[in-house]
Amino acid sequence: MDTLRGKVAIVGAADTEVGKVPGLSSTELCIEAALRALDDAGMSKDEVDGLVTCNSMAEPHMYQAEVLAEYLQIFPRYCISASAGGGTTYSSLFHAANAIAAGVCETVLICLADSLRSGLSRDQAMQMQSSTGHREFEIPYGPTVPAYYALIARAHMDTYGTTPEQFAAVAVHARRHAARNPAAQMRDLISIDDVLNSRMIADPLHLLDCSLVSDGGAAVILTSASRAKNFRHHPVYLLGAGEGHSHEHISQAHDLTTSAAADSGRRAFHMAGLGPADIDVAGIYDCFTPVVLIELEDLGFCAKGEAGSFVAAGETALEGSLPMNTHGGLLSHCHPGHPGAIFALTEAVTQLRHAAGERQVGEAEIALVHAQGGIMSSHSTLILGRERD
Amino acid sequence: MTANTEKFLPHPTPVSRVYWDACRKHQLLIQHCGNCGQYQFYPRSFCTGCMAREPAWEQASGFGTVTTWTVVRRPVAEAYAADVPYVIALIKLDEGPVMMSQVNGCDADEVRSGLRVEVAFAAWSEQVTVPVFKPAGPAP
Ligand SMILES: [Zn+2]
Repeated sequence: MDTLRGKVAIVGAADTEVGKVPGLSSTELCIEAALRALDDAGMSKDEVDGLVTCNSMAEPHMYQAEVLAEYLQIFPRYCISASAGGGTTYSSLFHAANAIAAGVCETVLICLADSLRSGLSRDQAMQMQSSTGHREFEIPYGPTVPAYYALIARAHMDTYGTTPEQFAAVAVHARRHAARNPAAQMRDLISIDDVLNSRMIADPLHLLDCSLVSDGGAAVILTSASRAKNFRHHPVYLLGAGEGHSHEHISQAHDLTTSAAADSGRRAFHMAGLGPADIDVAGIYDCFTPVVLIELEDLGFCAKGEAGSFVAAGETALEGSLPMNTHGGLLSHCHPGHPGAIFALTEAVTQLRHAAGERQVGEAEIALVHAQGGIMSSHSTLILGRERD
Repeated sequence: MTANTEKFLPHPTPVSRVYWDACRKHQLLIQHCGNCGQYQFYPRSFCTGCMAREPAWEQASGFGTVTTWTVVRRPVAEAYAADVPYVIALIKLDEGPVMMSQVNGCDADEVRSGLRVEVAFAAWSEQVTVPVFKPAGPAP
């Protein structure tokens, strides 16, 4: 079957400043990301005929993508605002890749940003907390976002004997990577004890098991493989993509410890003709530490129940067998909400360009990035390569 | 006015109104399809097992088992501050469906996965009573 494999490539990628960026609205952050990515590619905005963005919490617009196109004064033939929570970046890239392969458009700017740290009013912050979950059958009981994920963490502990120390190891390694990334929001090293001694938020999750709240944005530019060599940097090809969707509300999940990452991963590996052992560097969505363990298992990097010891043993460190979240992840680099996963994508592009400086993973050839949105609801996986074949 | 009235109260829909009305009478209703026999929660306009319309309502036994749980130590909003620490759990009803609820009536530290629980009802406003759970008494 004719697939997307090798049909499109990322030719531009850039982040804005992240962390606390009070000077720019979320729309302006998104524009800044777009301008930087265009500059990175060495491309004029007039070459863009497709635009994808996400909904913003801090500065919501009815037609988010149209607002950006208008601000940029571009007139795309493909223009959409997507919403799949944390999975938005990869699932919208998958959609945009399909559009390019189908001839709907040729060059798509994917730019996402939000200002959760500086841009939310008190009412908006409350609205965000109270709008996660089922309005009638979950929210009234008063769960917080960490509490939803704590339910999953507890189930993994009960089923597989996973420990709080193993969750903490995820945060410790994220911080070690962030320490090597000048752009990261949190760079001071932490220990397992620091995580375990941080404030309990929702048992078994401590403060340092939870990701950051940030301002920030990033953009990537996707174009057909036939055009990909016309730009400034070595192109990064899309080799595989897949999604999996299992539920929206965690109380409706059919399985708490195995997620639809198993589906999205299987589909992406199948398209790429690759397996977990082929991956040189990975970006694994880390909104809360237990999520990483479940995703590593479901993507096939370890057997069910073994990700805790895998991470604790250092396998996901820079010098390990599967360097993961080399930029510091949502736990230590930044997490502005819906755009969160895009930073692992721009990091994967940087790694595959062999331009990651002191956090470069050797001569990385193949990267995998995976994200989920909702409460382990909407999963998307991308596999990227330096070469088309 | 009590703090409780500021909680995030449900707004019943045409489909769920029967459920919330029953809660006020301290009855836990779930849907039971007359065509294929499937129990389901939350209430829906059709049976997801066989697609039959308007599955029938049935009073649940009210007993279930905690499948997973957490203790919320930082409340979601002011109205929940007085309840901290409170237990959020997923409860597998004896009929099969899973629902989210709070487990009250014991120390948060006593809740475990596998704990047998039974339904209780908490009136959170004049209009809204929500089903919560407590450790089950002796088997019925
Ligand atoms: Zn039925």
